[in-house]
Amino acid sequence: MSALVDNLPALLAGLGTTLFVLVTSAVGALVLGTLVVVARVSPVPVLRAAAFGYVQVLVNVPLLALLLLAVFALPDAGLIAPLVTTAIVVLTVYEAAYVAEALRSGINTVPKGQVEAARALGFTLSQTLRMVVVPQAARAVVQPLGNVLIALLMNTALTATVGVVELTSATNKVNLVQAEPITIFGAAGLVYMALALVIGLGAGRIEKKVAIRR
Amino acid sequence: MPATDAPPMVRLRGVQKHFGALHVLRDVDLDVAAGEVVVVVGPSGSGKSTLCRTINRLEPVASGEVLVDGVPVPAEGAALARLRADVGMVFQSFDLFAHRTVLDNLCMAPVMVRGIPKAQARTEAMALLERVGIADKAGHFPAQLSGGQQQRAAIARALAMKPKVMLFDEPTSALDPEMVAEVLAVMTSLAEDGMTMVVVTHEMGFARRAADRVVFMDAGAIVEVAPPEQFFAGGGSDRTRSFLSAVLQH
Repeated sequence: MSALVDNLPALLAGLGTTLFVLVTSAVGALVLGTLVVVARVSPVPVLRAAAFGYVQVLVNVPLLALLLLAVFALPDAGLIAPLVTTAIVVLTVYEAAYVAEALRSGINTVPKGQVEAARALGFTLSQTLRMVVVPQAARAVVQPLGNVLIALLMNTALTATVGVVELTSATNKVNLVQAEPITIFGAAGLVYMALALVIGLGAGRIEKKVAIRR
Repeated sequence: MPATDAPPMVRLRGVQKHFGALHVLRDVDLDVAAGEVVVVVGPSGSGKSTLCRTINRLEPVASGEVLVDGVPVPAEGAALARLRADVGMVFQSFDLFAHRTVLDNLCMAPVMVRGIPKAQARTEAMALLERVGIADKAGHFPAQLSGGQQQRAAIARALAMKPKVMLFDEPTSALDPEMVAEVLAVMTSLAEDGMTMVVVTHEMGFARRAADRVVFMDAGAIVEVAPPEQFFAGGGSDRTRSFLSAVLQH
């Protein structure tokens, strides 16, 4: 137990980094994923194809490979950014593909008649999306998005492999000195579980609030 | 009957459309005068719904002309949205916006598309709901209404845009018989008030009562156009007579 208490500042700093990476890349992925899905359902074939390609590439390349590429290959090509920033950008770009897929499944739950009714009333495409499709799709998409965010939380641990000192990395460092793996990693695991629980419960509450009767 | 020398509200000329190998509209010509009520009947798959949907370009046509109030229906874009704002449409499946109240359903398009102040839109919407007999449902969500009430709300939603012409695509086909009557009553009163209407329906009683002309379609082509008394007298083509004997027998 004292292994935890003695190293609390280092562990809390790691947790802080985890939360910072989680929140920033979550916001980024939600924004980018929304843009991708708008392109994916737009009437412009080039945009649709680009969005499709984006999702396919990122869903089919391991996140670790992307992290290694960004952290070790990009500087070689002359692109140098702070480590945490690089990790956040990679997580954002990667998770945006999953956000886009979750949003698209939500859009597919909106009956076609809703779109036709909006178009028949004279709504432009963007008005149709903003006023009719997105509000209804959002309701179907809260829980799947919650799952994407939980996956993102777990994926923040992967940034430890490229040198980001977040919770997993900080825990590992503490354990190297204290050698109490069960206590130390057990505690870190509980923190991850608690965070996932918060996200899951939050999504559940939001879903209940915005549910619509059909 | 409206004056015949005025330009037609809706004009279709040589309209062709295919769904893959299926030729759904074969060289369709039709004029609908301002204030006229045209009822389109015919067997399932005859292309009557598709015909209705070409008028506001929910279905683009392969060739031929579609004009509304003398203006060719434009390709997809802002100009098409403006034209659609002037063409009301009522669907078989009502398609009220499920996430908004009935009142919001009526106010959204006037406020967003026409730019009418919210308060004015609400006042006008309430008057329309009063007219179709569901003012007490203004604050309800669509799923809380019966089918007939939803369809009357959908008609009111279309009317809220003060359209030049109303399209009805099988408005009563998804309704119980009792609800059919309440929707047809609204449509009949609309026809009596001089609204230009194109109505695709299987309700022969409505066609007889409210139509200025009945259009009979079969296999994607207009077979016959006649005033209802003449149409139902059975003096038309063999195909018309066999259709009529089938639908009027029971």
